[in-house]
Amino acid sequence: MIQDNEVKELQKKAFEIRKMTIDAIGHLGVGHIGGAMSIVEVLTLLYYKVLKNIDPKNPQKEGRDRVVLSKGHAGPSLYSILADKGYFPTEWLYTLNHGDTHLPSHCDMNRTPGIDMTTGSLGTGASAAIGMTLADTLKGFTDAYTYLIIGDGESQEGQIWEAAMFASMKKLGNLIAFTDYNKQQIDGYTQDIMSIDDLNSKWTGFGWHVQRVDGHDFRLLDRAIKNAQEIKERPSMIILDTIKSKGFCYGEGIVGNHNMSFDKAKAEEAIKILTQCQGE
Amino acid sequence: MTIDKVLEIADMRAVYTQALVDAAEKNEKIVLLEADLMSATGTKPFFEKYPERAFNCGVAEGNMVGIAGGLSASGFIPFANTFTAFAARKTYDQFYITCNYALQNVKLVGSDPGITALYNGGTHMSFGDYGLMTTMPQLTVVEPSDRVSMYKLTQQLADMHGNCYLRIHRKGAETFYDASEEFEIGKGKVLRDGTDVTIITAGMVMVKEALKAHEILKESGISAAILDFHTIKPLDEELVLSYAEKTDAIVTFENAQRANGLGSAVASYLAESRPTKVTRLGIDDLFGEVGDLAYLQERYKLRAEDLVESVKKTLNK
Ligand SMILES: Cc1ncc(C[n+]2csc(CCOP(=O)(O)OP(=O)(O)O)c2C)c(N)n1
Repeated sequence: MIQDNEVKELQKKAFEIRKMTIDAIGHLGVGHIGGAMSIVEVLTLLYYKVLKNIDPKNPQKEGRDRVVLSKGHAGPSLYSILADKGYFPTEWLYTLNHGDTHLPSHCDMNRTPGIDMTTGSLGTGASAAIGMTLADTLKGFTDAYTYLIIGDGESQEGQIWEAAMFASMKKLGNLIAFTDYNKQQIDGYTQDIMSIDDLNSKWTGFGWHVQRVDGHDFRLLDRAIKNAQEIKERPSMIILDTIKSKGFCYGEGIVGNHNMSFDKAKAEEAIKILTQCQGE
Repeated sequence: MTIDKVLEIADMRAVYTQALVDAAEKNEKIVLLEADLMSATGTKPFFEKYPERAFNCGVAEGNMVGIAGGLSASGFIPFANTFTAFAARKTYDQFYITCNYALQNVKLVGSDPGITALYNGGTHMSFGDYGLMTTMPQLTVVEPSDRVSMYKLTQQLADMHGNCYLRIHRKGAETFYDASEEFEIGKGKVLRDGTDVTIITAGMVMVKEALKAHEILKESGISAAILDFHTIKPLDEELVLSYAEKTDAIVTFENAQRANGLGSAVASYLAESRPTKVTRLGIDDLFGEVGDLAYLQERYKLRAEDLVESVKKTLNK
């Protein structure tokens, strides 16, 4: 069981990451805030507690656990974490999406230290994560895990289900995936655009071990990951009930919170409100 | 909508949508498909006006284009929208087999051509879509440059039987033509006449830069014809030939790969029919990246000044 003080630390960290992300996007004036904010907890837990063998000074370290952020447009929150962990200077966050930046809107393994796979065309990351899991087995890194994060809208891509079939057939127990089930995509609510229900039975039907938890609750998340690690002969899907734009108040609860324009003043305002909420 | 009103529309995507809505009013066979980019392409007015003829397929471009093929096989005229990058890459086989090889009537529409994907960066940049699409046998490939050509060509594509790939600029708009100008698919337009050199180009950003270059060149005493090839395929060979004869020097200028695009079509045609000095300006063998338009134009040498320099080199001036 995760300790109370540990949960507090993680919550504090998640709060910092949210602030950095809002600040970076506000600095440019536009960005994919919604999908970046909904995965802050899972990323925080992964990078500050779960991932083994990672080293910010040696991002390519062999045998490390790896993360594939298949919904690559959520890069900015991952960049905040990588900066905070020392993969690159924090100042880089202010170059987000500027010409010649190391931090493009969509994750790029050749530009950003710490990014394990290039993504941005939705649907592609799941297959890549499978390839990486297979490679770890071939190389004898039997306790290395690949963590995959896909979007709920992204789950409409056929490639996701081709990957799903493969991973269970090949018994990839070292593949642990998350669906950021924030119920929204660009054009509206997933339910109204192209329903992916019943997500639990879809993944179960494809032979995966499936859990569903509140994606903003560190305790539940931690337990779900531990459970998943116990399952050796099957890949795991952890469906995260999340809120799109969580913590960026101007985007929470509205349609049109995918890619938002806001300036520095509004970012500051949002950070102030987030800080007040955090204090409660 | 009257064409005068179209001239007041702020974004090219809205001109496209207006053309579609107006075409759909006249032709009940026109249907619209989106893949979770309705808000980006701006086709909400169509969804509101014709909810039963509009389908959002979710983030599933291949499925969307396959569905379009099936609708077409049953007599409908589907317009299927996504970003150029995904239109060209993600739906290539579905568009090839179910639409083109099956000789259907599907209008595949891609927005954010080339560098105009801006902050979406390399994954969303379609430098190779001219090449990919022009290799599909018998496919018509069109990229309007301004409000008037967008409005009129979109409607013509709806009326024309056969598959097409329509490449559209998304945000912002320009007007280069009089409201009364008429267009014909497959026939290029002479936007500025000239006698020393011919610049062949397409698309909003490129035409705008070419017109700037025309003025700069004029100051240096160089008379440059500017041809707007809104139809990339079939190539208007007649116009290419007549301007090769008239100016004896051609510079092509495109928001796409230098290889396999408009420039290479012009060069291949002339190599066989009338060897002429051709310089191809466009994107080298490179991937896309993020940035604002000014940065990207500089990065990939797609500015008026790059064109001017290239014209002068071509003319040994
Ligand atoms: C193949 C592909 N099609 C379309 C897009 C454009 N796009 C970017 S994000 C997105 C919606 C994704 O929804 P979801 O996976 O739910 O992401 P989230 O809501 O978590 O941000 C779309 C359609 C893309 N990046 N890739």
